Amino acid sequence: MPPLDAEILARLQFAFTVSFHILFPTLTIGLAGFLVFFEAKYLRSGDEVWLVLYRFWVKIFALTFGMGVVSGLVLSYQFGTNWSEWSRITGPVLGPLIGFEVLTAFFLEAGFLGIMLFGWQKVGPRLHFLATCLVAIGTVISAFWILSANSWMQTPAGASFVDGQYVVDDWLAVIFNPSFPWRLMHMTTASYLTTSLVITGISAFYLLSGTNLEVARKAFSVGMWALLVLAPMQIFLGDQHGLNTLEHQPMKVAAMEGNWETQPYAPFHIFAMPDQKLQKNHLEISIPWASSLILKHSPSGVVPGLKEVAVEDQPPVGIVFWSFRVMVGLGFLFLLLGLWGAFARWRGTLYDARGLKRLAVALTPAGFVATLAGWFVTEVGRQPWTVYGAMRTEDSISPTVTGASIATTLVLFLIVYGGLFGAYLYYLSKLVRKGPDPLTLRETEEKPEAIRGARPGLVVPAE
Amino acid sequence: METLAIISGAIIGVAILMYVVLDGFDLGVGILFPFAPDEKARDTMINSVAPVWDGNETWLILGGGGLLVFFPTAYSIALPAFYIPVMAMLFALIFRGVTFEFRHQAHTSVHLWNRSFFWGSLVAAFMQGVLLGALVQGVQIEDQRYAGGMFDWLTPFSILTGVGVVMGYGLLGATWVIYKTEGETQEWAHRSAIMLGGGVLIAMAAVSVMTPLLRPAIAERWFSGVNLLYLSPIPLLTLALAVTLFWSIFTRRELLPFLSSIGLFILGFAGIAISLYPNIIPPSLPVWDAVAPRSSVIFAMIGVAVVLPMVLIYTVYAYSVFHGKASAEGGYAHHEHE
Repeated sequence: MPPLDAEILARLQFAFTVSFHILFPTLTIGLAGFLVFFEAKYLRSGDEVWLVLYRFWVKIFALTFGMGVVSGLVLSYQFGTNWSEWSRITGPVLGPLIGFEVLTAFFLEAGFLGIMLFGWQKVGPRLHFLATCLVAIGTVISAFWILSANSWMQTPAGASFVDGQYVVDDWLAVIFNPSFPWRLMHMTTASYLTTSLVITGISAFYLLSGTNLEVARKAFSVGMWALLVLAPMQIFLGDQHGLNTLEHQPMKVAAMEGNWETQPYAPFHIFAMPDQKLQKNHLEISIPWASSLILKHSPSGVVPGLKEVAVEDQPPVGIVFWSFRVMVGLGFLFLLLGLWGAFARWRGTLYDARGLKRLAVALTPAGFVATLAGWFVTEVGRQPWTVYGAMRTEDSISPTVTGASIATTLVLFLIVYGGLFGAYLYYLSKLVRKGPDPLTLRETEEKPEAIRGARPGLVVPAE
Repeated sequence: METLAIISGAIIGVAILMYVVLDGFDLGVGILFPFAPDEKARDTMINSVAPVWDGNETWLILGGGGLLVFFPTAYSIALPAFYIPVMAMLFALIFRGVTFEFRHQAHTSVHLWNRSFFWGSLVAAFMQGVLLGALVQGVQIEDQRYAGGMFDWLTPFSILTGVGVVMGYGLLGATWVIYKTEGETQEWAHRSAIMLGGGVLIAMAAVSVMTPLLRPAIAERWFSGVNLLYLSPIPLLTLALAVTLFWSIFTRRELLPFLSSIGLFILGFAGIAISLYPNIIPPSLPVWDAVAPRSSVIFAMIGVAVVLPMVLIYTVYAYSVFHGKASAEGGYAHHEHE
């Protein structure tokens, strides 16, 4: 087999486009929830700081949402262009799940996003708040369906293979397949955690530079509360998700642990260089018994090893092993930040502790890294299968599409997405450097409607 | 199962028609962008579609997703067959879609994003027309899989339909601009609509002549015996709508030109559907051979029956919130540093 055949190119292309895409929903799912909170606080208290916060973060939301829309559209067609066999065979199961996502989530988000962004002067404050809520609900519904579809590929259930195609016997079993509830909770929490880090990071940047202080303090405080709750919750959910994976996809867990032999008293490797060819690790630094303790809650617990299956049925161990460590390491760093924030708050120095603010700034993008690392664990860990244990990745690609076509589009995606990402970061940093638009009392006295939005909608001249 | 297959085909048809009409006018606005009288007109034009473009484009995901839902086999044949035009369309839609946000944030690079909006809209429209032509002319299938090459889609016919759709979207865009603007911009849109309307009619005539020549089955569908009589309302209505279109532009109606253009699209679409029936992919894949298993079709249809009416209701509501003339101020086009 040539080193760069159609299969590996199609995998690289999908890995790249889906990784690029997930960055944006990760932020918009969480940010939509924070926007609901900001607007609710404003409507209830009438304190304009909440409105200023809303108006600032909704700009970042809009910019990010647009990126999510265009990169998501690509995926819905890429299934067919590069993975036509997968589409034909699993379409009867996964098609309706994706169809329900479009019907119940995408239309809802798109329908009310316009009102959320431009509707300030067109609808009343209550209706505007409703639009924000519906967009936020839409993002969660979207996560529900797409994670159900992804989870079905990890832990297929409720369908049987008839005449070369999957046929669904039980839709509830398909939707609520064994890994779905944990994956949904783990990913939704990842979104909110990532968003909390972005909010505390940008707010800490303002606090350090002494600008936009009033707004930054509010957001920093809210973000730190969120971190304190979400970081430990995410560690618990991750642990439960891992135990679920151990039950249903033991080889994925074996790769995460870098564990080759099925054994009791299995150690946890803090560091290792897994070598798939020799079926062993180099340079292990390990905690004895720890893997058995984590996975089986007993030192004598027997933990599955990669050698249980043939080499061609093992996932690529190195990527899974290291992605897992990046994710877990960052997760504990987020917990540390949350605890530090709580300690500083208790001491009454939440807005003054320089080290805390610096760590918050440094961790601004870290949630995205952790989320991507988590997806690498679960997706690369599923290999060599598209439908775990049932359909191999090599049998999923489009038979007639040439490696040259996939290579060409892959290069184009790299260039175009690279440029887009640069533009996104440029305009994002422009928004951040400019900061929230202040809302002075004078302004609100002169123009009462200014309360309702500095980013006014389409003005009808007749009005 | 045959009835289910036909209803499934109808749902896909409606989703694609909704997409063509709705995203058609905002792609058309993009196609007309560089020809607008001035930057203020461009601001007004982009503002007129900014609150609704995202919803419009969602119908394209429903069309693609719907094909995977109801006809996974057809989806898995069509996309590899149309690999290059589909990818080109997706890249174009990316450039066009990000323009809404980036152009709004841009200061010195507005002109760059104007270009991105134009080329993105133009290429997306052209490729959608090419896809239409490539589908109508037929796809080579063996053993439920695509069996042709990477460039089978590229023919004079598909280029003709590509040009036709560009002009058609341009017409939808121009008549939308007539409806949403006033003064100089509206005057310019009137002139554009007349030119594009002429182009659309020529393209429709050319496609109507060429389509029956593609396959004897299509000619038979239209011209054999009583069919000629039953199907005669389609060309006659098209003619009546064409007259209405030009009359309404000349008499300075504001909404009627847009509605007539939509009518022309619906009739053109109906004509193509009649030529293709009962194939989901001509010449040899009828809907009942490609339809998904019963359990999937029923489940999805329940979803469509329950959710789609709600989608339509709040889409109409979202449009009604932004009724009336668009303005160059506010919205996306408001450059805060200028």
